[in-house]
Amino acid sequence: MDLFIQLTVSGLTNGAVYALAALGFVLIYKSSDVINFAQGELLLVGAYVTFFFVAQAGLAWPVGVLLALAVAVVLGVAVERTVLRPLIGEPIISVIMVTIGLASVLRALVTAIWGPVPRSFPAFIPRDEVLILGAVVSADRLWAIALSILMLALFSLFFRLSNEGIAMRAVADDQQAAMSMGISIRRIFALAWSIAAVTATIGGMLLANIIGVGGNIAGLGLRVFPAVILGGLDSIPGAVIGGVVIGLLEAWTGGYIGQGLNQIVPFIVLTLVLMVRPYGLFGQEIIERV
Amino acid sequence: MLVLNNIEVIYNDVILVLKGMSLQVPEGQIVALLGANGAGKSTTLKAISGLLGPEDGEVTDGTIEFQGERIHGLDPAEIVRRGVFQVMEGRRVFEHLTVEENLRAGAYTRRDRGNVPEDIRGVYRLFPRLEERRGQTAGYLSGGEQQMLAIGRALMARPRLMLLDEPSLGLAPLLVQEIFRTIRQINREQGTAILLVEQNARAALRIADYAYVMENGRIVLEGTPQELQENADVREFYLGLTQVGQRKSYREVKHYRRRKRWLS
Repeated sequence: MDLFIQLTVSGLTNGAVYALAALGFVLIYKSSDVINFAQGELLLVGAYVTFFFVAQAGLAWPVGVLLALAVAVVLGVAVERTVLRPLIGEPIISVIMVTIGLASVLRALVTAIWGPVPRSFPAFIPRDEVLILGAVVSADRLWAIALSILMLALFSLFFRLSNEGIAMRAVADDQQAAMSMGISIRRIFALAWSIAAVTATIGGMLLANIIGVGGNIAGLGLRVFPAVILGGLDSIPGAVIGGVVIGLLEAWTGGYIGQGLNQIVPFIVLTLVLMVRPYGLFGQEIIERV
Repeated sequence: MLVLNNIEVIYNDVILVLKGMSLQVPEGQIVALLGANGAGKSTTLKAISGLLGPEDGEVTDGTIEFQGERIHGLDPAEIVRRGVFQVMEGRRVFEHLTVEENLRAGAYTRRDRGNVPEDIRGVYRLFPRLEERRGQTAGYLSGGEQQMLAIGRALMARPRLMLLDEPSLGLAPLLVQEIFRTIRQINREQGTAILLVEQNARAALRIADYAYVMENGRIVLEGTPQELQENADVREFYLGLTQVGQRKSYREVKHYRRRKRWLS
């Protein structure tokens, strides 16, 4: 029972981080049809930038975190200006290839600045041990789960209620019609990338707090792929549930069956789900009026 | 109010679609733009609203002026802000948004946020059917309801000039009548000028103050609806009437040639 609770908590933690990363991924896909292969690198950059402000510049952690989020917003806008805008009117596949390039550039930049060796992260989230039903669980994991839930709730309110949120969903539905409403597509793309970078930074921070800063954060970030495909590429609730399911599956198979297999099982489940629901669990079905 | 002066539009740098097209929409009037498929009617509207960009089209010559200022080359968002709003062909509602969210999307450029809820109620007064379905996903509305939503969404921007592209497309005759009645009502009550592109010449001429006929990228005929209705060519090709005023019968068309059916 202890093992089960520990595994579940650690699965939920990873799942929550995947969900945060997947949220950004889904946003970009929804508003521009671009599959962002640099999502993992956004987590990496977010983690290192936070590391810089908190550990290297020695700022108090609330200030450091806010600055890191500001950098994320700037990064999102910069990507829209330099990468996406010149490619307007080009086939989507070109943009997707460019995100692969962006991934390499970001990873190389991080290595160039901070070096290849992983470092320990100043844990500003408490790491006390907590007892849940008799199992020992580290508090930072609970924090990660709670923070992720909070972020996801905030974003779903943003999409339902705010004008910009509605505009983003409108662009996702029909770009040209959205333009005819006076919605600026560039602005929406910049917003989507900024939000993606912000959620990735929060995810990266939470991961770094648990496993330290290092290149493997980008690798963990790549788990968004099974998560979003499982949940449906264009569904925000799907991203959350997909992330949590993948996180739990990994933790349980790793704990009960054996390390290594936890890399495979999520994909097996993914394949099975896709056979039944090709657009993912919550993916948008194309509305057809008959 | 709106003046198109001799404009030329080229798609993909080679295909000349509008060849010296000129028309005017005076303040508060309904102007109909008639023409066959491919005459360039929709292109004209997109040239005005600045939506040619995503289709690789470009205004290469001439001027488009709205209230005395050149608007061509401006960002589509800026054109909406100045009061020109296009309702695109085929309704184009945001299918995965609810009816109310669609209306709010239409109000995106509004600065006076406080008046938006009142305007939403105004749209519901005009189209009570939409109020019944306010929380429903727009993609599942019927064609007529979607057209109402498309027009209501346009009203949310409080436009001074509305560009309507084929509002009757794919609707039952009774609904077409209802939509046209509403267009007239909007024009009268809110003073919105309307540039109406239609295939349904009869219905369009009934509500228009002035009309243009377009062919091959230019205006070939213009006049009041009455003048056009009396024109022999318009009667023959757009209203389907013969000289005597009877409905044309295809039984009398002599040059019908049997097609080789096995080819198709």
